[in-house]
Amino acid sequence: MLEIDKLEKILVGLKRVVDYNVRVRVKADASGVETDGVKMSINPFDEIALEEALRIKERGEADEVVVVSMGRTECQQQLRTGLAMGADRAILVESDDEIDSLTGAKILLALVEREHPGLVILGKQAIDNDNNQTGQMLAALWDRPQATFASELTISGDSATVTREVDVGLETIEIDLPAVVTADLRLNEPRYVKLPDIMKAKKKPLDIVPLADLSVAPAPRLTSVEYTAPEQRQKGVIVDDVAGLVAALKEKGLA
Amino acid sequence: MSNILVIAEHDTGTLNPSVAKTVACAASIQDAKITIAVFVNGDDSIALQAAKLNAVDNVLQINNAANEHALAAVIAPQVASIASRYSHVFGPSTTFGKDLMPRIAALLNVNQISDVMEAIDSHKFRRPIYAGNAILTVEAQPDSIVIATVRTASYQAVDSDNTAPVEVQSSDADIPSHTRFVELKAGKSDRPDLQSASKVVSGGRALASAENFDIIYSLADTMGAGVGASRAAVDAGYVPNEMQVGQTGKIIAPDLYVAIGISGAIQHLTGIKDAGTIVAINKDEEAPIFEVADIGLVGDLFKIVPELEQALK
Ligand SMILES: Cc1cc2nc3c(=O)[nH]c(=O)nc-3n(C[C@H](O)[C@H](O)[C@H](O)COP(=O)(O)OP(=O)(O)OC[C@H]3O[C@@H](n4cnc5c(N)ncnc54)[C@H](O)[C@@H]3O)c2cc1C
Ligand SMILES: Nc1ncnc2c1ncn2[C@@H]1O[C@H](COP(=O)(O)O)[C@@H](O)[C@H]1O
Repeated sequence: MLEIDKLEKILVGLKRVVDYNVRVRVKADASGVETDGVKMSINPFDEIALEEALRIKERGEADEVVVVSMGRTECQQQLRTGLAMGADRAILVESDDEIDSLTGAKILLALVEREHPGLVILGKQAIDNDNNQTGQMLAALWDRPQATFASELTISGDSATVTREVDVGLETIEIDLPAVVTADLRLNEPRYVKLPDIMKAKKKPLDIVPLADLSVAPAPRLTSVEYTAPEQRQKGVIVDDVAGLVAALKEKGLA
Repeated sequence: MSNILVIAEHDTGTLNPSVAKTVACAASIQDAKITIAVFVNGDDSIALQAAKLNAVDNVLQINNAANEHALAAVIAPQVASIASRYSHVFGPSTTFGKDLMPRIAALLNVNQISDVMEAIDSHKFRRPIYAGNAILTVEAQPDSIVIATVRTASYQAVDSDNTAPVEVQSSDADIPSHTRFVELKAGKSDRPDLQSASKVVSGGRALASAENFDIIYSLADTMGAGVGASRAAVDAGYVPNEMQVGQTGKIIAPDLYVAIGISGAIQHLTGIKDAGTIVAINKDEEAPIFEVADIGLVGDLFKIVPELEQALK
């Protein structure tokens, strides 16, 4: 019997990034940012993406949630956390080279062609490169709809209604499935992982696929020339009271 | 020579102010010929506004019934079908540009350069990463098309006393029907627009309720300022999402920014680092906002804000 009111599978991207609480510093030789001994976590937007997928499954609207990470072998840590949150299965596409957004989108397309998900949910941006590209690129290469910056997602049969956070307010669009959705901060609040779930997650399947096995066509790369520290703003004056504040503003011609 | 196509953002008959800033970035590249592409459903007024922008050489108005609403899936194939004539395609780093430009980049098989804050030359750019904690210089390959979004807070809008020629076309690109516009709920406000206001007053979690936020609006009105907020204030439901300032909200560069009851988390500060003068009002003298504030006042905002409003009246 065919079930038409249910997605078979949701694919979620989990990127390993420097934890958002870490104050990132540029290396002295301008070759990158300091990551030695720095706490690494799941990109916060991706945790939200995964939470949304889990809720869809828990509502009975999907059968399986698969988490994907692309990068070094250490990304398994973030995939295990994703499994502990409740994902059913994980895939690591392993590569020691940095994966740019277009290559990432091409890898995800290769996985989409293997797994045939009804929905792919990614974060709206990775907080390391702040690129905000991968979801849109995957949707373009796949020739499917994109709903970026989602703050509300409702599935109904073979389409979905998505509310998007845009500069002027909230936009609602309707998209046919399969499609790519990217998560904004207010889509949901991700659950905490409980200790027994971490134990259970150890038994869940985690496939490791070498990038070379996916025959992803290379694209022109952007060269990272140098990393520099941003200009720092100087600490100003502390005034004693409102009169002092108004005087300081007047001095600058701002009041 | 660089042949730069700038994608126009527009809403309800008005060219978005971000376009004049995107043009300013394009014009900072040597020997640039600048074309603005306007995707509309027959409305001629946007192209006329675009033609007024200085440094623009010509405007391409592309008509299609599907352009009624600015959907990335609809506009991207139309841009891709004409992109081979250009060396660069630029869009503003607004939610419109962030949604659209990567879709174009993928159709053209290139990575996008996001949030350009400086064009060093035609293929080398500076951009913030890690919420502005580092600045990356990136270089695109010389023979590939450059797709970029422009961090509008880094640029001053070009003036508008130009009369560039307008060419009207219709698009024959294959346009999908899998994505449909339903509705737009735009916050209505008579206050200055957050992204272009010269003064902005923002409130944070400390306001503690939507009702209390009235003192922020009232101060802003006295000052003729736009109103912003921290993420915590938006999440708590005190104000709507379009007021969020920061890494994942709006990046702004007003002459004066007044942060009230905002701690100054790095994700918030990244949205205001180009502000002229930053004023902070916070009861905690250790709050990180004071590290970047030009003028700080330590104390209870519920006492200070009404007093300040009186003093400025
Ligand atoms: C991926 C990611 C993206 C984010 N993006 C953004 C973003 O775009 N924008 C953003 O703002 N945040 C963003 N955040 C959240 C950010 O980290 C902070 O949590 C948020 O900015 C805190 O908001 P706040 O300063 O209003 O609240 P708090 O940090 O709680 O600060 C409240 C301040 O008010 C002061 N205060 C309290 N009562 C009074 C009083 N009566 N009088 C005077 N002062 C008082 C306190 O001393 C305190 O400093 C992001 C976080 C993540 C993880
Ligand atoms: N290396 C990666 N592994 C897993 N997911 C990724 C990776 N890179 C990007 N993504 C996904 O794409 C989103 C947007 O990334 P970006 O375009 O780099 O800002 C992220 O929030 C992830 O969901």
